[in-house]
Amino acid sequence: MIRLEQLCKQYRLGGETVTALDQFTLEVSAGEYLSVMGPSGSGKSTLMNMLGLLDRPDSGEYWLNNTAMSTLSEEARAAQRNSQIGFVFQAYHLIDRLTARENIELPLVLKGEAPGQRRPQVQALLERLGLDRHADHLPHQLSGGQRQRVAIARAVIRKPALLLADEPTGNLDSHSGSEVIALLEGLNQEGITLLVVTHDQAMGERARRRLWMRDGQLISDSAGADHAAG
Amino acid sequence: MRLADLLQFNSRLLLRQWFRTLMILLATGVGVCAVLLLTGLGEGARRFVLDEFSLLGNDVLIVLPGRKETTGGLPPLTGEGTRDLTLEDALAVSRLPGVQAVAPLVVGLTMVNSGGRQRELMVVGTSAQFFTIRGLQLQSGLGLPVMPLDQVAPVAIIGTEVRQELLSEGPVLGAWLRAGGYRLRVQGLLQEEGVSLGTDMRKAVLIPVASAMQLFDTQGLFRLFVQVQNPDLIPQVRERIEQLIQARHGGELDITLVTQDAVLGVFNKILNLLTLSVAFIAGISLIVAGILIMNITLISVSQRTKEIGLLKALGAADKEIHWLFLSEAILLALLGSLLGVVVGYLVLWIAHTLWPLFPVAVPFWALSGAVGVALGVAVLFAWLPASRAARLPPVQALRGDLQNAQR
Repeated sequence: MIRLEQLCKQYRLGGETVTALDQFTLEVSAGEYLSVMGPSGSGKSTLMNMLGLLDRPDSGEYWLNNTAMSTLSEEARAAQRNSQIGFVFQAYHLIDRLTARENIELPLVLKGEAPGQRRPQVQALLERLGLDRHADHLPHQLSGGQRQRVAIARAVIRKPALLLADEPTGNLDSHSGSEVIALLEGLNQEGITLLVVTHDQAMGERARRRLWMRDGQLISDSAGADHAAG
Repeated sequence: MRLADLLQFNSRLLLRQWFRTLMILLATGVGVCAVLLLTGLGEGARRFVLDEFSLLGNDVLIVLPGRKETTGGLPPLTGEGTRDLTLEDALAVSRLPGVQAVAPLVVGLTMVNSGGRQRELMVVGTSAQFFTIRGLQLQSGLGLPVMPLDQVAPVAIIGTEVRQELLSEGPVLGAWLRAGGYRLRVQGLLQEEGVSLGTDMRKAVLIPVASAMQLFDTQGLFRLFVQVQNPDLIPQVRERIEQLIQARHGGELDITLVTQDAVLGVFNKILNLLTLSVAFIAGISLIVAGILIMNITLISVSQRTKEIGLLKALGAADKEIHWLFLSEAILLALLGSLLGVVVGYLVLWIAHTLWPLFPVAVPFWALSGAVGVALGVAVLFAWLPASRAARLPPVQALRGDLQNAQR
């Protein structure tokens, strides 16, 4: 489903060139549950941005569902983000003037779906995520855990193939964090490929496949270790 | 994104930032309102003047003493000439073929009194035909008597205000007035009418022309209205009048002949230019409103950087982000214009109610022009900040890092 080949990305930071991804190669099958761990500056977020089509590599190729992403126009990449990829951010990134329901339906709105088609999909997700009582609440009226659940609902409303979560429990207490992890894992069990970027060792360890990064390189892949062990 | 969703998205934003929205609406509204008010007044002035001269009808020639030598300006409306236009001239003109009627005019201010009350009034000396030519209507009584132009008669027709000022008590018809030593018997009362051809008929006293000439001790006419038998005869009658007067005035053509169309043409040109000028000046305020919209859109882009990043992450294309910010500016300009139009028309309506005789009217070009300029300026000035928003790379935008997001 995902194939990264020799991906390179460098940034200029204060006059210095920082290598965020260095010849990064990875293959991910559909339905996998991966965590990416590593120290700050190891390239985790850059990897997520590349996978999420939020940024372009300097060199190398990213294949998503057998399509080379470098060949796509910005508009086509935006369409891919809308239909194939869901994002869950540490800071939730909810629009504060929109209600929970309106935040959740944003990807459908951007797709141009009619309100009549949107409503049942949003309602089903609201109920499933236990948010139906908060549907008309604004983000500031919700707890951190509820906000992150709204963000997850928004990320999966288009039934994407790939769900990218960047420190999804970073701003939550342990109880809310556990709920969010359980929710994400439940979605993965339904077939969504889940990639979680985290500092949290315990959370990272829950993934079936664990990647460790340093200086823009993949230094360890539990799948490889498993293969080696096997 | 569907248009309805875009509108809802934008209106939520505008409501949330209501103070900012209100300021922009006011700025745009004031601009549009100023254009409407100024063009409304300009157009009102134009219509007012045109209506005044239209009262004459297109079968009327105006003969003015004096010659306009140069072209392009106004004829000598004040009636100043080297040689007088006399009552005999008027009589001669009335006998020309093609002439239906003539109405000489002598105008002057004089003290008029009645029963101890006194007031300075406009006394208009003319003939019975003046009523037909000018379309004057009587409320009661009779018009001026039909009689030879050189005959005097101690009669007067008065305007409504003269009645209120001098004859508020007792019957009007048959009452006596005294004007500059002459006694005049009121035999008619004009209908309520406004200012016409520079004369406020409500404050006028109409008397036979020969009487007025005696009263003001003058031989010269202020002007002479000539009604032709049909409008097609205007050129021939014009030529005949010129030949006649030239012959009577020792070979000198010292009159100016004006048709309604010529007067209307000149006024129309001047007043249209005036209306356009004031519209242009008012239009400048719309440019100022446009600059305000640009600044607000720039601020909006910098405040909503993370939101732009998020929308891009959720699948919004560059052009959608561009359209999102542009449509916000368009919506503001539209609402501001609507506010300006409503307030503008309301003020004009109030003005019309207070001064019903002044025909305030906004020309369609001013209405569509003001709204068009407001929208155009909004699009023009919001384009740059909107395309700046559209070009923000999603990663930096999500971090709210506007500085590094510029590319």
